[in-house]
Amino acid sequence: MIRKLKTFTVQRLEVLNEHGKEDRRLMPKLSQKQIKELYKWMYITRVFDAKALKLQRTGRLGTYASMLGQEAAIIGSAYALRKQDWLFPSFRISGAMLLRGIDMAKLYSYWGGDERGSKPEKGVNVFPLCITVGEQPLHATGYAWGLKMQKKNAVVLTDFGDGATSEGDFHEALNFAGVFKAPVIFLCQNNQYAISIPVKKQTASETLAQKAIAYGIKGIQVDGNDIFAMLKATQDAIRDAGKGKPTLIEAYTYRMSDHTTSDDAKKYRSEKEVKSWMKKDPMLRLRRYMERKNIWNAKEEEKLQKEVEAMVDKAVKQYESMTPAPKEDIFKYIYAGGAQ
Amino acid sequence: MVVLNMVEAINLALKQEMKRDKTVLILGEDVGVDGGVFRVTDGLLKLYPKRVFDTPLAESGIVGTSLGLAASGWKPVAEMQFEGFILPAFDQIVNHVARIRNRSRGAFTAPLVIRCPIGGGIKALEHHSDSPEAYFAHTPGLKVIMPSTPYDAKGLLIAAIRDPDPVIFFEPKRIYRAIKQEVPEKEYTIPIGKARIVQEGTELTIISYGAMVRECEQAIEKIKDHVSVELIDLRTLRPLDKEAILTSVKKTGRVIIVHEAQKTLGLAAEISAIINEEALLSLKAPIERITGLDIIVPLPKLEDYYVIDEKRIIAAIEKVVNF
Ligand SMILES: Cc1ncc(C[n+]2csc(CCOP(=O)(O)OP(=O)(O)O)c2C)c(N)n1
Repeated sequence: MIRKLKTFTVQRLEVLNEHGKEDRRLMPKLSQKQIKELYKWMYITRVFDAKALKLQRTGRLGTYASMLGQEAAIIGSAYALRKQDWLFPSFRISGAMLLRGIDMAKLYSYWGGDERGSKPEKGVNVFPLCITVGEQPLHATGYAWGLKMQKKNAVVLTDFGDGATSEGDFHEALNFAGVFKAPVIFLCQNNQYAISIPVKKQTASETLAQKAIAYGIKGIQVDGNDIFAMLKATQDAIRDAGKGKPTLIEAYTYRMSDHTTSDDAKKYRSEKEVKSWMKKDPMLRLRRYMERKNIWNAKEEEKLQKEVEAMVDKAVKQYESMTPAPKEDIFKYIYAGGAQ
Repeated sequence: MVVLNMVEAINLALKQEMKRDKTVLILGEDVGVDGGVFRVTDGLLKLYPKRVFDTPLAESGIVGTSLGLAASGWKPVAEMQFEGFILPAFDQIVNHVARIRNRSRGAFTAPLVIRCPIGGGIKALEHHSDSPEAYFAHTPGLKVIMPSTPYDAKGLLIAAIRDPDPVIFFEPKRIYRAIKQEVPEKEYTIPIGKARIVQEGTELTIISYGAMVRECEQAIEKIKDHVSVELIDLRTLRPLDKEAILTSVKKTGRVIIVHEAQKTLGLAAEISAIINEEALLSLKAPIERITGLDIIVPLPKLEDYYVIDEKRIIAAIEKVVNF
């Protein structure tokens, strides 16, 4: 006898379409001020990013991973977090780190090769970013589990790429989160590529969201270029995480830049494909929405541009005039008492 | 003869072995369409579309399936993208690849090659500047190679592919493109387990390998008028060429061992112990170790304090010679 034991579905959430039109029933509650704030953080992310690439090209920064095209996935999720929540970042979420309170000059200094740049200020709940692919979801799960046992009302969000879902650690993290009902949110930034490998060569799964099903946790695909959908999905996930229900959010987006400053994406993808995604630019979409609602115009855009550019320039100046770390620093943190 | 850098020499070795032996496979992250992040496997997918595989991003998966492929009659040459990312595969390498021959009393073997860039000095992100060779050289069942020239890289890689046992082939990325050398176009092998006498001398033996060989050569060049140095490039870290080491030590009576990896339990400790056991009475001075510091390799801004330079080697030479 064969009988049906269980069927599963995979959902996709979209709120704001490419023309800047929202789905009213799903629209998260936001004031005008908050909407502009979201746009501003996306703007900061983009300008920070462009500047980093420029600095790298002139030898003033090290290898850097660009966020271009992923601003809605990054800011929409981070904006939903509350002060007490935590971020366990990958190397492609600098914008969220800034939003959470990481100092911009210090973040540049990290990418410039200065360890001091990965020490967060007191009260900023951001773990040092993780360079090894797909390994920090376990740390996030453990931290969330710890918070839960301490009865703290806080959740942990960790992000990683589509490639990371192939690593064993990713699967172990989802499994632990399910077993221990850890208040953790897994944000997979599916930007379609892991360096040169497209998602369809990474996995035979049709979606990445469905990987959650195997571990008994919630999985949802979200239009990752839709800031409102990203915000709503994360808000829902925070609510559920607080009840011991972890979520895997697959933010379906696109890496519009090279993988890092050491990569040349032309080697493995077409100009045409990149152009087709440029039309789906997440910032353009929010701007269209704001213009449709008559809460934004060219003058405000110009004002914001000036403000953000000045902010980033100031951070770069600060970064470049930092006193170098003393040599002794290389010994200081190997053990509690320094090197031995 | 062709003039090649190490990347090109390795690429040529792979090409020729794939042509010669239809069971040779290439697998790893970005090794196909992209040709590898260092372009070491560039062009191979075009030549052998059925034997070059872009794999999912999973090092343990790459090595674990390579064991299975090898056991079933293929010859996998797997790439780990950087030394920091060979560690997710450490369990598969140490618990299975190194042991399957012994476990099955010779019924199964895993004659595969794991290629992996290694070492610092390229101003990179965390996990891209480490020297973890000792973890592997410590493991019975593995052979560990680290060439220092394009010529050696080609000959040793071909030998590794033809070897009946698993080989970890570390490629010092700092000198990937820094040295160009005449390399024979045709295939040749260099025996695994044999060191190279880079230059002969009578007063002092310097033993090194990988990117540090070049630093040693530069240091020796500076003091060549007043100290006669014999320089040994180990080339293979397991098995060690004891004979080459001991013959030289017995001749010179003075030893400096140079490696980029951290000092504690690094290769220098083992080499020094071998000399103490088998040539102690030939020594005219204590053995000197020039190694990386016993710390986590710093990020680029402070990395220079970790990296070994000519000056440190020259100072050690003075110290040992004037003991
Ligand atoms: C364990 C590990 N293996 C390999 C690498 C080298 N590497 C860095 S980023 C990357 C691709 C990551 O792809 P994905 O997870 O999709 O994230 P994305 O870079 O697209 O944000 C690889 C292979 C690494 N950092 N860590």
